[in-house]
Amino acid sequence: MPIFAHVPIMQEFHIAEARRAALLMALDLGLKRTEAYYVATAVSELATNLFLHAGGGDIQLSVVARSNRLGIEVIAQDEGPGIADVALALSDGFTTSNGLGCGLPGAQRLMDEMEIDSEVGRGTRILARKWGPVLPQDREPTSSYQVVEN
Amino acid sequence: MKIPILRLGEILLTSIQVDLTDAEVMEFQSSVLHTISEVEARGLALDITAMEVVDSFMARTINDTASMARLLGAEVVVCGMHPSVALTLVEMGRGLIGVDATFNLDEGLSRLRKRIAQRGDSMLGEDDRHERSS
Repeated sequence: MPIFAHVPIMQEFHIAEARRAALLMALDLGLKRTEAYYVATAVSELATNLFLHAGGGDIQLSVVARSNRLGIEVIAQDEGPGIADVALALSDGFTTSNGLGCGLPGAQRLMDEMEIDSEVGRGTRILARKWGPVLPQDREPTSSYQVVEN
Repeated sequence: MKIPILRLGEILLTSIQVDLTDAEVMEFQSSVLHTISEVEARGLALDITAMEVVDSFMARTINDTASMARLLGAEVVVCGMHPSVALTLVEMGRGLIGVDATFNLDEGLSRLRKRIAQRGDSMLGEDDRHERSS
């Protein structure tokens, strides 16, 4: 089972690659089909943002653990222009590219957690997580996963 | 990757089967619209049975393509949306797809035929009458 994937988003077809990698990892992790598609769609939105607004960036996917749950962590990082008003970027219908304006808020709703760290002129780092099923008591997450504190 | 656009009488049938890049999606949109106008198609069936992930860009393109096709004079149905896609689209925000939808292609085609018959401008109808009178 892949526990880490790094997809540089430089060309448009990399978005589809990131989407596929996320779908595979989420399904392998034991997320329900619908939730795996949520993750894949959110990754698609984030990767599209990297390509459209930041001139490229990186998508990192990794399996993480918190107490007795495994989850998938998505990090979208770029050295683009940054987001001047994060709250505004997260509001529905706000768009700078003639889109629907639901990419970022949509991704936030599809994932369990999302944090945006952005500095104008420096870049943006978005971290999002989706948690999978609770593991049985006798199956502690193995130490190979990065453990995330609450 | 070029998506085939099949002609079934006065209806155009397209099925998106592969992961498309945004550029390919735009190319698809423009070739669908050109074909509609070229053959004066009365209907467009957009089969998305094979699509498991529809992001907001793809959803917008489907929406836009449908409105553009309607402006040209064609009826549009989207067929076979995966339940996960419906869940994701609604979860992401508003119902992104504001077009007519059917469970499968079969129903899509009969809905199109019904609507074309209602409009009363079917090309086939004229041809049929022509054949009978001659």
